[in-house]
Amino acid sequence: MTLPRISTGKITLAYLTWWALLIAIETYAIHNTFNFRLTIALADALSLNLLIATSGYIMHNSLRYFQPGLKNAASMLVWSVVLAAGCVILHRVVMTEYLFPDDKNYLAYLAGSNLIRGLFAWMMIAIIAILSSIWFYYQEQRASEKREDDMAKMARDAELATLRQQLQPHFLFNSLNSISALAGSRPEEARKMIQQLSDFLRGTIKRDDQHLVTLEDELTHLQLYLDIEKVRFGHRLNTVVENDKGSQSLQLPALLLQPIVENAIKFGLYDTTGEITIRITTKMEDKELVITVENPFDAATAQPRQGTGFGLTGIQRRLYLLYARNDLLTTQQRENQTFITEVRIPQKA
Amino acid sequence: MIKAILIDDEPLARSITREYLQSYPDIEIVQECNDGFEGVKAITQHKPDVIFLDIQMPKINGFEMLELLDHPPSVIFTTAFDEFAMKAFEAHAVDYLLKPYSKDRFDKAIQKWQQRRTAISEPPSKLLTEEVRQPEERNRIVVREGGNIRIIPVHEIQYLEAYDDYVKIFTVKEMFLKKKTMSFYEQSLNGEQFVRVHRSYIIQLNQLTRIEPLEKDTHQALLKSGAKIPLSKTGYTKLKTVLGL
Repeated sequence: MTLPRISTGKITLAYLTWWALLIAIETYAIHNTFNFRLTIALADALSLNLLIATSGYIMHNSLRYFQPGLKNAASMLVWSVVLAAGCVILHRVVMTEYLFPDDKNYLAYLAGSNLIRGLFAWMMIAIIAILSSIWFYYQEQRASEKREDDMAKMARDAELATLRQQLQPHFLFNSLNSISALAGSRPEEARKMIQQLSDFLRGTIKRDDQHLVTLEDELTHLQLYLDIEKVRFGHRLNTVVENDKGSQSLQLPALLLQPIVENAIKFGLYDTTGEITIRITTKMEDKELVITVENPFDAATAQPRQGTGFGLTGIQRRLYLLYARNDLLTTQQRENQTFITEVRIPQKA
Repeated sequence: MIKAILIDDEPLARSITREYLQSYPDIEIVQECNDGFEGVKAITQHKPDVIFLDIQMPKINGFEMLELLDHPPSVIFTTAFDEFAMKAFEAHAVDYLLKPYSKDRFDKAIQKWQQRRTAISEPPSKLLTEEVRQPEERNRIVVREGGNIRIIPVHEIQYLEAYDDYVKIFTVKEMFLKKKTMSFYEQSLNGEQFVRVHRSYIIQLNQLTRIEPLEKDTHQALLKSGAKIPLSKTGYTKLKTVLGL
């Protein structure tokens, strides 16, 4: 449940207005009904109500750190009675001893109204106490709700970050090994590959926010990765990227495409011994960006894969965290030779 | 001349080993292989003294390739990731080079191998193999069948039977021979799926249809295919425990 936020300033103003109103009404009533002078009526209403208002304020503040409960409710009752009695007694002392010790009519009226004053004071203080309790209770609720929300968001962010940064150590170390090999015989190519690897890593590190990127950006990043893989597996690996002109500007979460392609390449390279072609196609369909990645595989010898394999489980989870849908990533096999991974990214209208 | 074979699916990775080997004129590279299949063929043909072997390779990995060899040569593993180090030493590896490796590190591996070579009296560390082997779950077994290499997914296996120095692996349709011990498979196959019910037999549980008494106090297991597997006393007890009887 979400509650409207009310500032303390507004509450204070409302509280003071409420008492000002009560003072005005009482002054009027005492002045008119009992025919006392205006000064007496005003002094009476003002002093009593200010005392009650102060008691209410004390009550409110002392409730700030109490949790609602039976024991606290009992002590709240005792305190409200004590404060009410205090108000009436103090009011009486002030009026009879200091302000109007000589006005017999007023003194008689005062003596006769002790009970009603006491009840009124107690009722006001009790209402303030109850309202305060409710107010603090909801504030506590709201704070804990916010804490929970924050925690959930932090956990989600952390999980997303981990999932994004599943950079395969295999890829990194093997690339470095290729560079090491090139450095001896073909230093120019080694330098070029260092450049590609740096650009790729920079792209991976830089995009550590949850922002959407355009397909064009993601494909540029992917190309860096493909170029590196081709240095390693150029003798076996061909890649084809086919994208509709219209899909270039569509959006997708950063670093989503590369792990899917990496998975396909690994699957293709390690499951067959010949040349392989990885085909990546993108298009717009039903207001969704549809990306398919195809890789060859051998159904006869493919290692039994559980689920969709690690690379794809991470993607699946990421898509779920971002879109709350589990149907965006699908895989299928065609003629026991081609493995197709399809991912659909909903586009904002 | 010392014969060496390089087995790695990345040409550049082989080229660095080749380059480092240039400073050893007495070591000759007789062949370079792209995968385990080529590797098995080349090793059978050339009988090299040492091989440099990658682990992650197409179709079958480096360990599976070694399993196919009756007389494996000395092995120096070259790989990018160290999750396999333990397993590498169980496979009698001379050394384990983590890519990218330096010339110094490479030279140390060669030295280590040369020392081991001269100390012929020392047999391969069998003890280590038997005792340290971590129970590792496998989901397939690679076997040689004539000139072919077959990959058998474990779910197709009915049962395994001891046969001298070999183990007969029965799938629903075929039988394969592999030079391994029963305890090797008992440890490396998933214990929830495979149970050693006899000194000479391991069965896959989902193949079991019935347990029937044979004679007084002895039992046999009936498999889906109709095969009858004798159960030893301990095997019978073990089977009952696994099945929760």
